[in-house]
Amino acid sequence: MLKVRDLTVSFRTEQGIVRAVDGVSFDVGEGELLGVVGESGSGKTVSLLAVMGLITDPNAIIAGSIQYRGRELVGLKSRAMRELRGKEIAMIFQDPMTALTPVYTIGWQIAEQVLAHNNVSKSAAWQRAIDLLAEVNIPKPEETAHRYPHQLSGGMRQRVVIAMALSCNPALLVADEPTTALDVTVQAQILDLLHKLRRNHGSAIVFITHDMGVMAEIADRMLVMYAGRVVERGTKQELFSSPMHPYTRALLDSIPPLTGERPRRLRAIPGTPPNLLNRPPGCAFAPRCTLRFDKCDTEPALGSGQRAAACFRVPA
Amino acid sequence: MVYALLQRLGQMLFVMFGISVLVFLIFFATPGADPAARIAGRNASPEVLEAVRKSFGFDQPFYVQYLTMMKKIFITGDLTSFVNRGWKVVPAVLDTVPVTLSLVIGAAVLWVVFALIIGIVAAATRGSWIDKTLMVLGLIGISMPVYWLGEMLNLITQSRYHDTWMFSWVPPLGYKNFSDDPKGWFLTLVIPWITLSILYIGLYGRVLRAAIVESLQEDYIRTARAKGLSETRILLRHALRTSLVAFVTLFGLDFGALVGGSALLTEVVFGLQGVGKLTYDALLNLDLPIIMTTVLYASFFVVMANAVVDVLYMLIDPRVRTA
Repeated sequence: MLKVRDLTVSFRTEQGIVRAVDGVSFDVGEGELLGVVGESGSGKTVSLLAVMGLITDPNAIIAGSIQYRGRELVGLKSRAMRELRGKEIAMIFQDPMTALTPVYTIGWQIAEQVLAHNNVSKSAAWQRAIDLLAEVNIPKPEETAHRYPHQLSGGMRQRVVIAMALSCNPALLVADEPTTALDVTVQAQILDLLHKLRRNHGSAIVFITHDMGVMAEIADRMLVMYAGRVVERGTKQELFSSPMHPYTRALLDSIPPLTGERPRRLRAIPGTPPNLLNRPPGCAFAPRCTLRFDKCDTEPALGSGQRAAACFRVPA
Repeated sequence: MVYALLQRLGQMLFVMFGISVLVFLIFFATPGADPAARIAGRNASPEVLEAVRKSFGFDQPFYVQYLTMMKKIFITGDLTSFVNRGWKVVPAVLDTVPVTLSLVIGAAVLWVVFALIIGIVAAATRGSWIDKTLMVLGLIGISMPVYWLGEMLNLITQSRYHDTWMFSWVPPLGYKNFSDDPKGWFLTLVIPWITLSILYIGLYGRVLRAAIVESLQEDYIRTARAKGLSETRILLRHALRTSLVAFVTLFGLDFGALVGGSALLTEVVFGLQGVGKLTYDALLNLDLPIIMTTVLYASFFVVMANAVVDVLYMLIDPRVRTA
């Protein structure tokens, strides 16, 4: 249902052009959960913001193609995009503490979105808001709807944001690190909630995270991003059991194993990601890679199959 | 909410009491100065000095003097000016209050309305030539001294172009009571209102634009966009609403100060007998009772305006209500 091809997002800065997302392609099928992993600055958030049409920076240049159910979203008129956004494609954000407008009750904010996309009365929209709050397991939804964001905990606020995103039964839900800012126990609750909602609503979800543990729990297929590019893709089982790209392997080495002997220290990846402003030629991960050899000075291509990795060490 | 309101009211009364004590001490207990001599005025005869001493209780302890003074101002209202030979101070101040209130409230309406328009339009078109033009105009408005602007407007509307169709409606300088002549009241005040408000329109417009542009960077604006709301709705319902706090704070301070006498220059230029003008004249004559009364009045007004602002905060920002 979502087909992204050669998406490139660059920003004009005083120092030059920064390519935050560089030729990214991926697909999301109906009802599928695609996990996108990568460290900060790998371009995962920016590429999904581009899908949402939420890159408002006048210095951003978006190229490539984003097709949603056959409709091209790149260059779509803002009015048409607005009708899609919130109704068919919804988004959940990383930090629930700042994602809600502080001066309105949460019921009002959910009802606002219902009213924006549906031709219903105010009281019907309010009722819908209460139903949604109940659906995301908020206790006493009638009362809580009258509360302001600052009166709720982080986990509760994230539930409100999720309720809001679900308000129009979107076909595609983009979740940008929705559990990162929360306590571990609350994280588990939110993940359970997303599971349940996915079953009930049948929405496809693109889930961004840098937490491989979270990925292991929820993803169907995965995309590993590094320095603005996709370096590996495949199903969750494939990626976890036989990672192909050294970066993916390094990411997996950095989570503690659940069984067997624990290493005394977890293995960290040495070095930092490259500066996107002056991207060195060749593989972007090469400077940090333990397996690099002379071929790595040229850029490895990502294969076109469902299972692929951009690395010369991998048999094509 | 009700508790917070009562608490605020209590605080306000306490601050007012503190101010009255402080003002009293400054005027009556400054070492090395004889308050009786100052109240009696320059070259007062020994009989007058004696009468002042008796009337203000200067032979008694400070707290009695303080209570006598407060009684004269707030209860009996018979505080008299010796410099102006028996002029009753309290009615004189009360007479000037409607003039100043008419001037400041009218100007405040103008500056709030126009500043809102300018701030919103500039923020909506940020970066464009409209935004830049409005901001430069605002800066010009802030830079024009009010006495110069007032005199220029007087020159144009009262003499140069008074006899043309444009300004023949402008009545001569002075104040007309609203109850006697509402139309005259309005017409005499139009030019003073404009004069006084221009500075504030520029200032508030710029402040509001900055606050809105800052709010537009917030995460909840991105959420609002993700909800698929229209840009107008995002601007007015989400960004503007959260930007009003800075606007209201400034408004409370400026409004209180203006009603307390800071509109002096405008009052002088347009011959309006307001609080500022009264204080100014009293200062020239060293008329202590009037100065003291107007200082008290002015500080009370600033305190009250601040209390009103705090109540407005509670309405605007739910986070303040529970704090």
